[in-house]
Amino acid sequence: MLPLRLEGVHFSAGGNTLLGVIDAAFETGSRTVILGPNGAGKSLLLRICHGLIAPSSGRVVWAGTGRQAMVFQRPVMLRRSALRNITYALSLAGVPGVQRDARAMEALERVGLAGVARRAARVLSGGEQQRLALARAWALAPQVLFLDEPTANLDPGATRQIEAVIDEFDAAGTKIIMTTHSLGQARRMGDEVMFIHHGQVAERAPVKQFFEAPASEEARSFIKGEMPW
Amino acid sequence: MNTFSEAALESARLLLGLDSHLLAIVALSLEVSIAAALCASVIGLPIGAMIAVRRFPGRQFIVVVLNALMGLPPVVAGLVVYLLLSRAGPLGGYGILFTPAAMIIAQTVLVLPIIAALTRQSIEDAWRDYEEQLKSLGVTPSRAALTLLWDCRFSLLTAVLAGFGRAVAEVGAVMMVGGNIDGVTRVMTTTIALETSKGDLPLALGLGAILLLLVLTLNALVLAIRDFAERRYG
Repeated sequence: MLPLRLEGVHFSAGGNTLLGVIDAAFETGSRTVILGPNGAGKSLLLRICHGLIAPSSGRVVWAGTGRQAMVFQRPVMLRRSALRNITYALSLAGVPGVQRDARAMEALERVGLAGVARRAARVLSGGEQQRLALARAWALAPQVLFLDEPTANLDPGATRQIEAVIDEFDAAGTKIIMTTHSLGQARRMGDEVMFIHHGQVAERAPVKQFFEAPASEEARSFIKGEMPW
Repeated sequence: MNTFSEAALESARLLLGLDSHLLAIVALSLEVSIAAALCASVIGLPIGAMIAVRRFPGRQFIVVVLNALMGLPPVVAGLVVYLLLSRAGPLGGYGILFTPAAMIIAQTVLVLPIIAALTRQSIEDAWRDYEEQLKSLGVTPSRAALTLLWDCRFSLLTAVLAGFGRAVAEVGAVMMVGGNIDGVTRVMTTTIALETSKGDLPLALGLGAILLLLVLTLNALVLAIRDFAERRYG
């Protein structure tokens, strides 16, 4: 289904331009980290790519059909067990009933939550809920996984666990597109960095190059921590 | 004060005596109002949920009308149902005016907007939190409505309870379409109204106390269920 192409994507609300104009393509293989300060438009860009928000103008074009999933900053769980949260997603995805339980359990094992499969999802800790959100995405076997600051609310231990699961997605061949405002996470998780500033793509480069020799003034100040956020 | 102490004695006597005539009145009250709350829930919960998750032209207007209808005077609901069910009315052929069935219909009409409007509000608030996640998973609006109804089931109990409370406490609608016929359509509120006009204030107040006690018990029960659910499901 890749590459995913953004053609002249622009988004404005109430007369203010929040994003764009952006022309970009996401290729298969590499992990893309969308980096930028709070309010730069990273989340908005991700939602437009995923199809949750329609751009004011321009087009989002997929090269083919396939499954995509998204993990949000704050996981939203239904008032049912961890297992049933996953089988619910599988049912929406049209997976036959007889296969759902097994696929859901496999996904829970993958993120280390098999032990709490029958527990109510909402009473799990923040880190566990986020891993459950990843398990829900895993069960769907997406070709592209969008992650919107998936560890922004988590402590370092939980963050490491989440990043390990994201690595597994990558190893399984899922295209990773994630936003973060953490430089460390961008270094650890990215193959390439797309740096967003004031709704524009200020720079896009392989991760090593981005951190060692940033081309744009905005990226340089962001990396040095000079911007007031 | 004298009337109140007499009333306290009277209600204690009524409760302890378990007078079969009184029991029948209490039972009919509960039967009619529970049936009405259930009918209104079956119709009102899906309506409220669909309005909450769908965007369509005229939606705002419907929300305003629904909210306004929460204040529908019982006598007006009673009058409308009376006109529909009376001999000359469009549903007159069924001959159910002055029966408990007519009372259930009138109370359903009265309570439906309350349950639908409160459901709409609850589900809409929840939808704000769930919308992106469920849309990301590819949910259709009808499926989203069902999912949210189930996920909000414990808070929706309050909406159903508000409907039941309104039904069991009203007198105008059941009086108009039931006729307060002794042994047939006499319920607690119509009895209270009747005994008050006859001057038997202790009996009226005693019945009022029983009515309050019933509603209080039911509310306590629902609160306990909600508390349990909150701890169990978060």
